[in-house]
Amino acid sequence: MAPILELRGITKRFPGVLANDHIDLTLEKGEIHALLGENGAGKSTLMNILYGLYAPDEGEVFVNGQKIVVTSPRDAIAAGVGMVHQHFMLIPVFTVTENVMLGDESLRMGGLLDRRSAAKRIREISEQYRLEVNPNAYVKDLPVGVQQRVEIIKLLYREADILILDEPTAVLTPQEVDELFTIMRSLVESGKSIIFITHKLREVLEFADRISVIRGGKMVGSTLPQAADQNSLAAMMVGRAVDLHVEKQPADPQEVVLEVEDIVVLDETDQVMVKNVSFDVRAGEILGVAGVQGNGQTELVRALTGLAHPVSGEITLLGESIAKASPRTITELGSAHIPEDRQKDGLVLTAPIADNLVLNTYYLEPYAKGIFLQHETVLKSADEIVSNFDVRTPSSLIPVGSLSGGNQQKVIVGREFSRPIKFLVAAQPTRGLDVGSIEYIHSRLIEKRDSGCAVLLVSTELDEVMELSDRIAVMYRGEIIAIVDAQAVTKEQVGLLMAGVVEEKLTA
Amino acid sequence: MATATNNFEYISPTRRRVMGILFLSLGILLWIMFGRGIGGEALTTFRLTPGGSAQELPDWVFSSQNMLNMLSVLSIAMGGYQLARGFGKRTTLMLGLAAAMFIFGFLSWATSGGTLNLAGLFRSALVKAVPLTIGALSGVLCERSGVVNIAIEGMMLTGAFVGAFVGSVTNIWIGLFAAVLSGGLLAWILAVLSIKYKTDQIIAGTVINIFATGITSFLSAKFLQRYQHLNDPGRFPTIEVPVLSKIPFIGPIMFQHNMFVYALYIFLIVLTVGLYYTRWGLRTRSVGEHPKAADTLGINVFRTRYISVILGGMMAGFGGAYFTLGSVGRFDEVMTAGRGFIGLAAMIFGNWNPIGSFGAGLLFGFFDALAAKIAILRVPIPSEIMLMFPYIATMVALAGVVGRGQMPAADGQPYEKE
Amino acid sequence: MTNKESEQPMKKDSGKIFLEELSKSPLTVTILAILTGLLLGGLLVAITTEEAYAAFSSSPWEAIKIGANAAWKTYQALFTGSVGNPAKIVAAFQGGDAEEIRRAINPFFESLVASTPYIFAGLAVALGFRVGLFNIGAEGQIFIGATTTVIAAIFLKGLPAIIHVPISLLAGFIGGGLWGFIPGWLKAQTGGHEVINTIMMNYIAFRLSEFLLRGPLKDPDGYTPVSADIQDSAKLFRFFENPIRFHIGFFIALFFAFLVYWLLFKTTWGFTLRTVGSNPRAAKYAGMSIMKSTVIAMFLSGGLAGLAGANEVLGVNHNLAVAFSSGYGFDAIALALLGKSNPLGVVLAAIMFGFLRNGAIQMQLTAGIPIDIISVLQAAILAFIAAPAIIRTMYRLKEPDMDLDAVTLRGWGGN
Repeated sequence: MAPILELRGITKRFPGVLANDHIDLTLEKGEIHALLGENGAGKSTLMNILYGLYAPDEGEVFVNGQKIVVTSPRDAIAAGVGMVHQHFMLIPVFTVTENVMLGDESLRMGGLLDRRSAAKRIREISEQYRLEVNPNAYVKDLPVGVQQRVEIIKLLYREADILILDEPTAVLTPQEVDELFTIMRSLVESGKSIIFITHKLREVLEFADRISVIRGGKMVGSTLPQAADQNSLAAMMVGRAVDLHVEKQPADPQEVVLEVEDIVVLDETDQVMVKNVSFDVRAGEILGVAGVQGNGQTELVRALTGLAHPVSGEITLLGESIAKASPRTITELGSAHIPEDRQKDGLVLTAPIADNLVLNTYYLEPYAKGIFLQHETVLKSADEIVSNFDVRTPSSLIPVGSLSGGNQQKVIVGREFSRPIKFLVAAQPTRGLDVGSIEYIHSRLIEKRDSGCAVLLVSTELDEVMELSDRIAVMYRGEIIAIVDAQAVTKEQVGLLMAGVVEEKLTA
Repeated sequence: MATATNNFEYISPTRRRVMGILFLSLGILLWIMFGRGIGGEALTTFRLTPGGSAQELPDWVFSSQNMLNMLSVLSIAMGGYQLARGFGKRTTLMLGLAAAMFIFGFLSWATSGGTLNLAGLFRSALVKAVPLTIGALSGVLCERSGVVNIAIEGMMLTGAFVGAFVGSVTNIWIGLFAAVLSGGLLAWILAVLSIKYKTDQIIAGTVINIFATGITSFLSAKFLQRYQHLNDPGRFPTIEVPVLSKIPFIGPIMFQHNMFVYALYIFLIVLTVGLYYTRWGLRTRSVGEHPKAADTLGINVFRTRYISVILGGMMAGFGGAYFTLGSVGRFDEVMTAGRGFIGLAAMIFGNWNPIGSFGAGLLFGFFDALAAKIAILRVPIPSEIMLMFPYIATMVALAGVVGRGQMPAADGQPYEKE
Repeated sequence: MTNKESEQPMKKDSGKIFLEELSKSPLTVTILAILTGLLLGGLLVAITTEEAYAAFSSSPWEAIKIGANAAWKTYQALFTGSVGNPAKIVAAFQGGDAEEIRRAINPFFESLVASTPYIFAGLAVALGFRVGLFNIGAEGQIFIGATTTVIAAIFLKGLPAIIHVPISLLAGFIGGGLWGFIPGWLKAQTGGHEVINTIMMNYIAFRLSEFLLRGPLKDPDGYTPVSADIQDSAKLFRFFENPIRFHIGFFIALFFAFLVYWLLFKTTWGFTLRTVGSNPRAAKYAGMSIMKSTVIAMFLSGGLAGLAGANEVLGVNHNLAVAFSSGYGFDAIALALLGKSNPLGVVLAAIMFGFLRNGAIQMQLTAGIPIDIISVLQAAILAFIAAPAIIRTMYRLKEPDMDLDAVTLRGWGGN
């Protein structure tokens, strides 16, 4: 019997990049097939081609042995292919029903929308697959986990047989991840087939029926979870043996640099996102903040860096109160910040590298005298930082937006580390980077710690937090529910904490 | 994100207090500015039959002082309740009521000792609201699909010119048709610039405004002014709607007009049903909110936007024809005089929604009509100041004083497919 | 193998590279946009020539010739109107009569006079663009600037020119500045989009100036809504006698262009403003105040536009009339784009527009072509500048590597 889906020789070129290089992939009916690869390996590109969002330069697609031509999502949907994107494709101001029926609307007499019958079908689907959701709720009012259910219902509503899930676990708590995999299992049992994209080795080994690995746009190979382990998969993914372990000396914490007492922080829509959080960070240690995305880490970082002010509580940095201070005051105290979204917050993409390297010091000697900018000094220091931090660029005058993600992050790290700092907030410092850049950033962070800097590392990658931190604070629903010694806990214990399960004895 | 709430309309305590104080001060203002000054025996006379209408209604006569006292007490009471308990979701409605009471109070004061044709004022407000609302509907069509249209003014001006010119050469109906087409043509240019070439939509709109002003003035100076018969299209006649026009008070105000007013009623119904109850509307709004999401569901974002923008342009062309074929009967250079921009303002004030736009259009039209009557009323407010009202109101609305508007999320952003 | 042979292809390559670079250069697009705009203008003249239609029935070729001839005559009139008639200039110099000479060279200087408000207004919009703000309200700011200037220039009496002129200019700057400040402040405080607010402020300004000119500011001796003449001490210095109106305002405008350049590119304040313009979130992260930058930028932008109004009042009209500005503020948007929001570019574009505008007056008189054709030209040029892809497709130009000049503005609702 022909496989339900077969991709042959898919090739896609973007200007300057070969994103997919003659990729072959088969999906058997009723299997969960994991597509594993580093960030930027070409997984999403491949799936977007299959879904008709990108046009391939070469290659063919077969569904049930029949060759199909997909030029738009409409074709893909018609062929029974559905996709849940990494960033949800939901319209916040529409109801669940409207979101689900959009593009496949049921009509009643006179060509008007038939919301009632659509809602009825959604209820049926949600009962059949245990995807609990209220069809009349507005999507903007739903938590992320439920929004994902709506996305899955969208596929089932269109009677898709081949489901593509792009990084579905990134935004979920470990519990929600388990729930999702239960749902996925019940889906394949009822005859659906699933491709799920991820870069998390553990999930692949636990839940996939088969694993295919993509590296640098090429299909490296397929394997079964029984025949693989984390190290062999990592090696396939990166192309060399990867030492996932970060070498470091035990920490030697000194005086308290940052002290946070009982702060409450709101987000832009005035929701309480950080609830009565207290902790401190000492010189020469890394405090890792673990937690699933959206549990208040972003707002915590914003409060610590002056981008938002807590509505109550106190933050003390090097003896000074900074709860009401501006970002500039905090920077001038000797604090550095690697922002979560480097392209939106950390860089001016259209400006030259040199300008970006003085983004928060341009008004100070020696870069300025009075109000006069000193271009020569700026350029000279830029060239120095570029070579010290191994930024791969022909010149420090080209726009920073033309660099790769890894090099952009090096520009930020170079800028922040080239001034005397005593406190560093690193938010998702390796998100979206390739393994080489990740290793580089990790070693620089450890180096900073060893030189006596207090480091607050915020990451949703549990592995990263476990490897780098000396102590770990776990955030759940805006609260720090535990601060534990990184040496004394296992990954499973932290994972439980991230899901909000507190065991008394752990709390240090 | 992790904490879900079900407050669809979250009303902040600050806003509650601001509104309460606003109601209070409106009431106090009514009393201090208007109520105090009039003698107890002064009477206000409102005529309830517009000029030239057949059915007579008796005039409405009341004591100015009593009416003003009552209105200010009511407004103060509303303020007190708002401060103490709050009207909750009905706050915006109450704001409208308080504003209406204030305006009514003002009229009562201004007319005290005299006579004002209230029905005539309303009728004239409705007439003035027609081009503003049609302009706003043009904006609604474009912006609901995510394309900002600040070229309503230019499209209306072109529609006015083409309507007059073609109407003079052929007949008035073909003139109207040509006006609609010309608006659609300009909108097509806006669409190509902003959808295909991803030009900044405000710049694209500015291009069209400059072009429209230039070309209509050029052609008008070159031909219409020289050959008068090219600028004499005639006007659409007034049609009395059977039965409806016989309703007292409302009939003469709403149902004794020319075709443009009735077309507006139809557009309002068709657009409201179209946007909120049909497949086309759902898709158009989805493209304006989150084009990528629409794309992943197989909806052609570009085509949807082209259709909406061109329809919007045709609407503006229709509204432009009103100036020449519905109102003046000839074309004058730059005769729209910024009404397209007030239409844009009405769209914003009306929350990107057809009915809301009509409400805003009526309000703005009312002030326009009032400014024309102010000389008769001998009120010491210059008409120029009165005419500023729509602009100031829009700025106040935009500042979020009366609550944040629901602008389409992707409004003004070009869509990149890859 | 000789040297010659190996050199030959090299030469060809460098020629090709030159052409390719030229093809990628944004300046090429700008020049082609202007030429194409002029061409379209000529086409418009040709197809609206009545004689051409009359001739069409007998011979289409004749009709085309008549149309082309009309277009040619139009541009000839435009040229002599803006630069002067070369034959007349030569004759005047030979004649040696001073007044004749002044009359002959007047068109050139009159064009510079027309350019001056364009420079100020173009700078106003360009400064806004650099800070990510779309100041569509230059027109209103010009009105208010002119109004405050006229107040200072009429009612301050007994001052020497050296004090009265700067004070009057400053009044214009502050008046326009305030009119820009209000939408700037609203944007910073409430997020209300400056495009809508500046449009609204335009109309408020029109109504306000109408009110003032019909009431308090009206010349008590006149019947039309025009203000009294300003004091002599407030008038800008003119370099020549009548009829040449060329005045020192042109050089003040150039000085302000330099000032804007210096502010934007040589100072830390400019660095802040430009960063806020390119990426407000990064600016906030780096400790810059977006609110302060927005408010300051809108104030300065409004102030520059106000100077355009002041310049007209003090240098040319010497009084204030309703609707005196006739669209400088909207043309300024085209200028800022044409000049790529660069002060030098804006000055060049403004001078070009000044020549076009002045020439068009002559064109209307001699060739009978309504002056409004200039707006059509400007719209066409602006469209081509705003969508360079059209020009690139038309002339088969190469894509540039990265379009850094593209104006980046924030979405409707963005803060």
